Amino acid sequence: MSSSPLSTPLVHWHESHGGRMVDFAGWWMPVQYSSIVDEHLAARQAAGLFDVSHMGRLAIEGPGSQAWLESLLTRHVADIEVGRARYTLVTSDAGPAGLTILDDALVTREPDAPNGTPRLAMVVNASNRDRVVAWLVSQLPPEGVTLHDRTSATAMLAVQGPLAVDIVCGLCNSNGVARIQSLGNYRATRATVAGHDAAVSRTGYTGEDGVELVVAADAAVAVWEAIHAAGSPRGLRPCGLGARDTLRLEAGMPLYGHELVADSDPFAIGLDLAVNLDAASGTPRRFPGREELARMKADPAAMIRVGLAFDSKRAAREGSPVVVAGTTVGMVTSGSLAPALGHAVAMALVARHLAGAGTAVDVLVRDAVQPARVVPLPFYRRPAPRS
Amino acid sequence: MADDLKFAKTHEWIRPEAGGLATVGISSYAVEALTDLVFMQLPAVGKKVKAGESFGEIESVKAVSDMYAPVSGEIVEVNAALPNQLETLGKDPYGAGWIVRIKPDDPAELANLLDRPAYEALVKS
Repeated sequence: MSSSPLSTPLVHWHESHGGRMVDFAGWWMPVQYSSIVDEHLAARQAAGLFDVSHMGRLAIEGPGSQAWLESLLTRHVADIEVGRARYTLVTSDAGPAGLTILDDALVTREPDAPNGTPRLAMVVNASNRDRVVAWLVSQLPPEGVTLHDRTSATAMLAVQGPLAVDIVCGLCNSNGVARIQSLGNYRATRATVAGHDAAVSRTGYTGEDGVELVVAADAAVAVWEAIHAAGSPRGLRPCGLGARDTLRLEAGMPLYGHELVADSDPFAIGLDLAVNLDAASGTPRRFPGREELARMKADPAAMIRVGLAFDSKRAAREGSPVVVAGTTVGMVTSGSLAPALGHAVAMALVARHLAGAGTAVDVLVRDAVQPARVVPLPFYRRPAPRS
Repeated sequence: MADDLKFAKTHEWIRPEAGGLATVGISSYAVEALTDLVFMQLPAVGKKVKAGESFGEIESVKAVSDMYAPVSGEIVEVNAALPNQLETLGKDPYGAGWIVRIKPDDPAELANLLDRPAYEALVKS
């Protein structure tokens, strides 16, 4: 990684609109523009606009691309239909137990190329991009699959919140509006947004309805400013990485490096759906690390992921011990004030027999003991849409 | 503006009061930089602190920060109401947002601190 951080096409916009910039995973990104709480609540009540161009965007194409990813990822890829997205883990068989979780990722099947070959898009975490790309490149077959890192050639914007889809549709022609409005969760399409071609998916990392847009790098500022101008009168705010983190925490979503790490047991952290073992079928799947994942599934881990709710606003942070009757029974993986709830919450790994909702625990927050109780995840669930 | 406030590089202010005491708070720059304040831990009255040593914590949504004693001395009073109304820090950081009163061991230590123009130059740089 270079010593000076990378920047997205929106860096000057961020800097000239009060963005407090930090080096995040090697990218010069805004943590916040105003107040994290205000940005968080805008996304919950109206809409938030996020620059997520630091996320790695990979294009995998060619006649062999689906079969190749099928042999590498924990989720089925061979049967993804055009316009569908799947959450998966990226694993290798390195490490003492033969399993290293390199990242979690979203794989989307885009419309086939004009010559009929499949095209897939993969979004990976900024912090893991280099090693995921290196791993994938090392596994490429001699022919039939190409992999391009499209991160710097494109930009990615997330528009999230109850008004997000409506605001984006206001910048599309009738064809685009129809495509986006009918888009189910984890579905993707293409549309012209503010005059620019965009890959649009009904996905996000906030617990809200919304879309993520991938546009050419040189269209990023125009699309961002159009969304900002159309949305601001309705309560949309630009949101930094601070609000992105508090939103995903309230929504109970794991973050690589916190809830999910290289040697995690995905079944213990609620990611069962990210692993297709097909153990019962006549033809179990083969992918790196499968044997260890099958063992983890058969032999449940001692510690599992739970939500903790506090009465106070004082937040436990990553690494805070969870204690019951003087014995350490777990550890916090993420914690913060939950702005939409008005009290602190945390995700933690705790001993399975203490993971039931309602269990009272103490969390050591620096020198102080903070009482908390186990609650079901997510902490926040968005209200059902009005029909 | 001319005033009798002195500042530490770590963004605490201190103001000498009658009777050899001094009032301590955090600067408006610090309050603005922290934003989204959620929690404050005050020291016990009677606690002895050394200059540069943490006397309490202030927590925002993003991070926890220590508050450092600008001079050595004894904590003789705390603004006990403040943790329950942290918005006061934003409204009046140099008045109602005071945090502790300290009895300095050596009032001459105040001379080691920055005056307001020097502090403002520091935070603008």
